[in-house]
Amino acid sequence: MNFIRFKDKPGRAPYKQGREFMSKKTIFKPSRRDVLKYSAAGAAATVLSTPFVHRTWAQTTEINMLAWYGHGEADIVGAYEEANNVKFKPKYYAGGDNMLALIAQSPPGTYDVILSDGEFVQQLNAAGYIDELNPADYNFDDMLHEDFTNFPGHWAAGKLHSVMVRCGHLGVSYNTNAVSAEEAASYACFWKPEIQGKVGHFDWHLPSLGMMSLKNGNGAGLWDLDDAAWNAVQETTMSLRSQVGGFFDYGGTFNSLKNGEMQAMCGIGDWITGVLEKDGAPVASVVPKEGGIQWTESYCIGKGSDKADQVKHFIQYMTSPEGQVKSAQMAAYPGFAITKGGRKLLNEVDPKEAQRTGQVDGMANDPITLIKEGRIHYRDIPQQQSLEDWNDFWSEYKNA
Amino acid sequence: MNTQKKSTQKKRRFNLYAMVWRTPIIVWQLLFFVGPLLFMIAMSFFLVKNYRMIEAFEMKNWIKMFSKNYFWDSYYLTFGLASLSTIIATVIAFPASFALAFKVSDNVRRWVIFLLIIPFFTSYLVRIFSWYVILAESGVINAMLSYVGLGPYTMLNTMFGTLVGYMTLCLPLVVILQTFSLANVDKNLIQAAKNLGCSPIKTIYSVIIPLAKTGLIVAALFCFILSFGDFVSPYYLGGSKPPTLPILIIDTTKSGQQWPRAAVVAVVMMATLITIAFAALALAYKKRASR
Repeated sequence: MNFIRFKDKPGRAPYKQGREFMSKKTIFKPSRRDVLKYSAAGAAATVLSTPFVHRTWAQTTEINMLAWYGHGEADIVGAYEEANNVKFKPKYYAGGDNMLALIAQSPPGTYDVILSDGEFVQQLNAAGYIDELNPADYNFDDMLHEDFTNFPGHWAAGKLHSVMVRCGHLGVSYNTNAVSAEEAASYACFWKPEIQGKVGHFDWHLPSLGMMSLKNGNGAGLWDLDDAAWNAVQETTMSLRSQVGGFFDYGGTFNSLKNGEMQAMCGIGDWITGVLEKDGAPVASVVPKEGGIQWTESYCIGKGSDKADQVKHFIQYMTSPEGQVKSAQMAAYPGFAITKGGRKLLNEVDPKEAQRTGQVDGMANDPITLIKEGRIHYRDIPQQQSLEDWNDFWSEYKNA
Repeated sequence: MNTQKKSTQKKRRFNLYAMVWRTPIIVWQLLFFVGPLLFMIAMSFFLVKNYRMIEAFEMKNWIKMFSKNYFWDSYYLTFGLASLSTIIATVIAFPASFALAFKVSDNVRRWVIFLLIIPFFTSYLVRIFSWYVILAESGVINAMLSYVGLGPYTMLNTMFGTLVGYMTLCLPLVVILQTFSLANVDKNLIQAAKNLGCSPIKTIYSVIIPLAKTGLIVAALFCFILSFGDFVSPYYLGGSKPPTLPILIIDTTKSGQQWPRAAVVAVVMMATLITIAFAALALAYKKRASR
């Protein structure tokens, strides 16, 4: 069948044929066989593309999300989008400062759902960027720890403003071929002479300096440092400088651990090594005896959003067992399930991951047990210094 | 009288014609260079409160940044690394450019220049990440060295790594610019130098380099500008250890959204580059003293 025909003239140069092609077109006359053939192909194409067409039709309501990378990806929200005729439009940030700045520079109502680091919720609330939530809408009885219900800053004057959805622990992350499990049980392993130049930092002052504060024995008061304690933390940190091989973002941290350039990493935890470990790399993360730091992620409804009901429904989904399992298995970076239902389902559908991360009742490294033992401290901002003071010191440290 | 009038009219038409062609680039520069530069200078006097910039005219950001040792350490480091990168790129590129300009056929030259352009088809970031595979302790170079009992050597997260990144960015461009510059040297003058008994080395220093001076300096200037402002190589191949000025800008904006302080760093960088560029161009177009 030819849609455009031209008379074949054997022996003619292609150029001339081309000219005829342009000039001598005739009307398309499909045969009965053509009709049948192309109808069948059309039908097959329609059937094969149905899932994609369905997905396209499902984009009826757009929900603007502000979150860390990965939360708006298909492995987390794909099933929810399919089931609820919504489409998430994520805007990703890196760090609470960046999140606050993005909201501050946007008109009210720009973001319908905001995933915040736990310690920044109170600032979101104080600035009036988030809506009040109704506690009755969320199943707080299912939380694995009472702190998760009453997480610092999530409630203000008896009013709920944010719901925690996941967390993870930061401690010593190391290459198991270079550092033993016994050595990794203390932050002192970062000073091990054999790994000089092989200690990396995640390039954010808060977790690294928090760990140095724990190394100095500040325990639960790691963020509340008087001048003497702050000076001591700076001295401890500076003494590590000769061991340091680099300061990295997420990609750099990931690569340097994977190719063995860095054999211990300060400022991270299983949220990075977990991805590598599942890929077979000889890396692990532990909470050392001096204690670990918890990162916490919580969902809020953006002030001025006209999709508050849909967002509420999404937060309910993310705290449901199904949502919790998706969060625990998140491709970008894994986190702990924080509800009993989520943990139960994770143990059923992915017992290997549950075992690897200690999310099994009774395991020694069960994150809930570690919190109850007082070995985990929630990440916070400096109490007696400003973030600027900490950042200034971090810049000096990097230049030392 | 009539002829003069016609001539003036013609000149006026010509100027209008020229202005039409000049206008787009003037508008472009005003909108996307002068405008943002002025805004950046103004922003360096603003303040930040609750993660929002407040319009103000305060010297606080300038005093803060200039009083910090880490700012000056980063400045000297960045300047030093960019200078080193310029020297290395110029020295490495020259023999290749010389060969391309004088020793190979036109056809070979065209192909080599095409091959030098090809790296620009891919993202610079991707090219930098590909060095991980080559420079890592478990990478290609150390694997080859291990066959002769050497290494492993640490190349990533070092200044060497940073310089490798700078060369990735600059070297093809420097070779291309130097080649075009050398290829335009009048071959008769080279032949004359030879006929007058000039040795090959002396011909290069006394004839070729002075004649190609403008292009060689412009190539070096491009290398300096690109290296001075590059964030990717010092961060990903140098391990941000210690940080250069572009990394300091990122660090400053990340903490408390201090865009005004980052603007101070950026203005200092711009002032440095403008000074260097004018000095280099003055040198490039400086006429030789007549003997």
